[in-house]
Amino acid sequence: MMMKLNLNCNTNPWMIIKKNNEEVPRKEIIRDVFSGLPDIYSINDFEIFYQYFPSSAVSLSSLDELLERDIQRENDGFPRKIKIGPLVKPTPGKGTKVIVVPATTEEKFYHDPRIMKKQTGEGGSGSEEEGEVIGEIPIRGENAGTGAGQGGGEGHDMTSNAYEIGKILTEKFLLPNLKEKGKKRSLTKFKYDLTDRNEKTGQVLDKRETLKKIIETNIILGRVSKNSPINSRDLLIDRNDMIYQILSRERDFESEAVVFFLRDYSGSMSGMPTEIVVQQHLLIYSWLLYQYQNRVETRFILHDDEAKEVPDFYTYYNSQIAGGTLVSSAYHLVNEIVQKENLARNYNIYIFHGTDGDDWMTDDEYEKISKETEGILSYTNRFGITIISHGEETSLETSIKKTGLLEKNPSLIRLDSFSEEEATDDRIIEGIKKLIS
Amino acid sequence: MELIDQHTKKIMENCKARAREAGLKFEDETLEYIVTNREMTRLSPKTFVPTLYDYWVNDVEVLHGEGEYKLYPNNPYESVINSRPAISFYNDNNPDWMNAAIFYHVLAHIDFFQNNRLFKKTWNDDFVGQALADKRLIAKLRGEKGRWVDYTIEFSRGIDNILGFYRELAEEEFPEEKALSEKLDFYFNSFLQGELKLLPHEFLKELERFNSIPDESLRESLFFSEVQTKHPEFAERFKKNLDKKKEKSKDLLEFLILNSPKLKKEENKWMIPIMHVVRNTGLYFAPQIRTKILNEGWASYWHDKLFRQDGLLNTHETDYAIFNSKATTMPRMGLNPYAIGKALFEYVEDLAEKGKMSLDFQRVQIIDARKYYDQKTGKGQEAIFKLRESFSDFTVINTFVDQDFVDTNHLLILGQRFNPQKGVVEVYVKSKKAKDYKSMLLESLYHPPDIKIDSEKTDDSLIYLSHQFEGKPLVKDYIANTMLGIEYLWGGKVQLETTELIEKEESFPPHFFAGIPADEDEPEWQRVRYTMENRKISREVL
Repeated sequence: MMMKLNLNCNTNPWMIIKKNNEEVPRKEIIRDVFSGLPDIYSINDFEIFYQYFPSSAVSLSSLDELLERDIQRENDGFPRKIKIGPLVKPTPGKGTKVIVVPATTEEKFYHDPRIMKKQTGEGGSGSEEEGEVIGEIPIRGENAGTGAGQGGGEGHDMTSNAYEIGKILTEKFLLPNLKEKGKKRSLTKFKYDLTDRNEKTGQVLDKRETLKKIIETNIILGRVSKNSPINSRDLLIDRNDMIYQILSRERDFESEAVVFFLRDYSGSMSGMPTEIVVQQHLLIYSWLLYQYQNRVETRFILHDDEAKEVPDFYTYYNSQIAGGTLVSSAYHLVNEIVQKENLARNYNIYIFHGTDGDDWMTDDEYEKISKETEGILSYTNRFGITIISHGEETSLETSIKKTGLLEKNPSLIRLDSFSEEEATDDRIIEGIKKLIS
Repeated sequence: MELIDQHTKKIMENCKARAREAGLKFEDETLEYIVTNREMTRLSPKTFVPTLYDYWVNDVEVLHGEGEYKLYPNNPYESVINSRPAISFYNDNNPDWMNAAIFYHVLAHIDFFQNNRLFKKTWNDDFVGQALADKRLIAKLRGEKGRWVDYTIEFSRGIDNILGFYRELAEEEFPEEKALSEKLDFYFNSFLQGELKLLPHEFLKELERFNSIPDESLRESLFFSEVQTKHPEFAERFKKNLDKKKEKSKDLLEFLILNSPKLKKEENKWMIPIMHVVRNTGLYFAPQIRTKILNEGWASYWHDKLFRQDGLLNTHETDYAIFNSKATTMPRMGLNPYAIGKALFEYVEDLAEKGKMSLDFQRVQIIDARKYYDQKTGKGQEAIFKLRESFSDFTVINTFVDQDFVDTNHLLILGQRFNPQKGVVEVYVKSKKAKDYKSMLLESLYHPPDIKIDSEKTDDSLIYLSHQFEGKPLVKDYIANTMLGIEYLWGGKVQLETTELIEKEESFPPHFFAGIPADEDEPEWQRVRYTMENRKISREVL
C-alpha cells in the first residue's frame, strides 16, 4: 500500500549528500532536490528493501582508478595485478569487433588441472562402440585462431577502442610519445555533414537527443521520478526541446601514417608464437593510432617462403600454418608496395615484423635480406623486428646483426628477441618500448 | 532492479502450492526481482549477492563482463541466493510460461538450500543482511585505513579456498564437550601414531584397553597410570607439546587469525574482522560448490516434472521442449551438471522404485532378470528426497555411477588422437566403462588442495605449510603471490612443502603436433620446498 502525502518542508537540500552513509553522485542529488525530500508516508516496503541494493554505479571504480591503484601496488612493494587486454570476436567480412577490458587473476593454491586431463579423457554421450571415431577437428586451415587479436581497417567499434588502448599504453605503461611525427604534411580537406545540433529548427530531427532533452526538462519539472515507470502521455513537450541536426563544415583529415604488419605464418609459428606476435602488433597499432590521433592506415602481410598481402586483420590473425620460412620475401613485398604506390612521399611509414626467426638460409637469402632491409631503411620511420625464439640465437637475428644496420641506424631499425616462456604481458609491452623508443 | 509485478507473483504463488503438494519443503517468504542483463553482469562477480562487500577485483570483473556482453550478448535466465528470505533474480523479458518453468526450478533450489545437510550452518542465516553489515564494516575500515584494507582482503582471499568447511560441519555434529581430552588426543593421535609408530593392530589393542575400563569417571586416570609405567617419557612429551601448542584452528586462515604474531600487535588488530568476513563468506559458498551437480539436477528434475503438469504448458509444448532440452541434454562432448544431476536422480528413483537397492537384487546374476527386476516398492520418491538431504556431489557419484547408469544414459569417455593422413585430430570413443566415467567425473569435481600447518616445524618466526599430494601438483605460477599474501598476514617467513613434476626434455618441440597430447609417460614426482622471506621467493628440491 503506497500513500503519497507530500508535506514538503524547506530543509536544506544539500543535507542529503550522504544518503545511507554512501556518496550519492551529483546527478542524483539534483534529482532529489527537485523531487523533494521523502516524508514518513512516502517510504514504502520497496524503498526500504531497495536500500539493500545500493546502485552499483556508486561503488564501481573506473578503469582509470583501477590502473592507478595498480601503480600504487608497486610503490607498496607488491606485484601489479591488472592486465589490459582486448577481447576479440572475429567475424569474416564484417570486420572484427574488439573490446578492451581489464583482467586480473586471484592467485590461490589450486590444483593444476592440466596434469590429469590426459589420462581421464573427456566426457561425452552417444551410442557408438569403443574405438569408433565420432568427430574430427581440423588442425590445418584458416580458422584456428584463438585469443587476442585486433580488427581490420573498418569497424568503428574497433578503432575507438584501439585508440583507448593506445591512450592507456602511453599514459599508464609510460610508453614514449613520438618525438617528431615526421615531416610529411597532413592534407586537410573539408566536407559537409549533418553533425552540428541546433534547437528548435534544422534539417533533420534528432530523435534520440530530443527525447533526452524532453526527459531532462520533465525531471526538472518534477514529472518523472526514479521509482515509477515513465508514462509518455504525462510528459510536457516544449518546442525548445526539439533538437535538430544541421549541415556543417567538417575538417576531413587524411591519414598521416601507414603501418605494415608482417607476420611469419610458417609451420613453426603455430600456437603461442602467433598469439604473442598478434598481441604485440595489436598494441603497437593502438599506440600509433593514439599518437596520430586515429589517422593511421594499416597493411597486413603474411609470409612463409613467399609473401602475400591480406585485406584485413581477420585474415591476418586467423591464417595459420603454411610451409617454410623465407623472410626476405616479405621485405621484398613491402618495398614493392611502397614503390608502386609511392607511399614514401606522403606518409610516415612504420614496419613491424613478428617471426620465430627460423629463416631458411638458402644460398642468396643473406644477400636478399641485406638488400631489402637497406631498401626499407631508406624511407621508413621505424622498422621493428620481434623474434620469438626457442632459446638460442636464430638465423634471422644472425643475418640482421651481420649486416651491421642495427648499429648504423639505431633510430630506424630495432630488433627484440625473447623466448616463448618469457612472453608475459609485461615482457610484450617491454618489447614494444624497445621497438619504438 | 525491481520486484516482480503482482501478475507474475501470483504465478509464483501457484507454483509454490504445487511444489509443496509434490513434497518440496521451503519457507514461505521469497523475494523475486527483475533485473536487466546489464545488472546481471554487475551482480555475477559478487556471486549475485548484491550486498557483498566492495572489492576492486569485482570491479575488474564487471568491466570485463560488460566487455564480453558487448561481444556476446546473452540472456541469463535466473539466479538464486541462499538467504532468509531466499532471493531470486529474473530476466526482464521472460514470457509467463517460461517464468513458471523457471519458478519450479528456483523453488527446488530453495528446497535444496534449506534441506541439504551440507548447508546446515546456513539454515538460519539472513546472509544478505549479514553481508550488508560486513560491507558497512569494511567500508568504515576503508575510510580509516585506505588501501591496506584491500590488501588484507586480497591476501585473505588468497587462502579462502582451503577453508576447513568439513571440519566446521563436523564441529556442529560433534560439539566440543564430546571431544577427547587434550591428553587423550595427544596420546592416541600424535604419540602412538606419530612417535611410536604403532601398527594398526597394536593401536586398536590400546584403544580397546581404554574402552574396557568400566568406570567412566575414572577411566582416564586409570588408563594413564598404566601408560606412565609403560612409557615414562610420555608425560614429558605431553608437557613439551602443550608449551608449543597453538590455538586450535580448522584451517590456515583461522590459524592466522588466532596465532599470527603480526595480528597480535595492537596497531594491526583492525585486520582481524576483515579476515573473519572473508572466511565466513568463503564458508558460506563452500556447500554450493560441493553440490553443483546435485543442486542443478534436483532443480531440473522438479521443473520438468512439475511444469509438465502445469496448465501454462498448454500451447507452449514446443517452446518448453526446446527450453528444457537446452538445459538438460547430455552434450555430445563435455559435461553438463544439469543433465548428469537429473539423470542421477531419475536413476536412483528407478532403483528404489523397483527395489534394486537391495541385497536380493545384487544376488541376481542373469542379465535379463536384472533388467526386468521390479518389486514395485513405491519408494522412489522417498529415496530421492533422502538423496537431496544427505548427499554431496562426491558421495552421489561415488555411490551411484555404475555400469547400468552409464549404459542407460549412453555415456562415453572420449579421447583424441592425431590422424596424420587426414591432417585432423580424431575424437574417438575411448571407453564405455563405468569405472572410467566415474573417475572422470570425480576428477572434474571441485577439490581444493589439502594444505596443513606443520605444527612441529612452525614457531613464532616461521609458518611451515605442507601440501598433502593427491596426484596433482599446485599451479606453479600462483604459488609466489599466494605465499606473499600469507607472509603479509603472518608477518614473517613462510615455507611450503609440495610435490612437483620432474621436468623432462621433450623429444619434439611442443608445437610439433599442435594440440595433440604427447605420449602418456608415467610422470615422475619430487618433493620441493618454497620459502617466502622478505617478499622474495626461493625454491629447493628436497
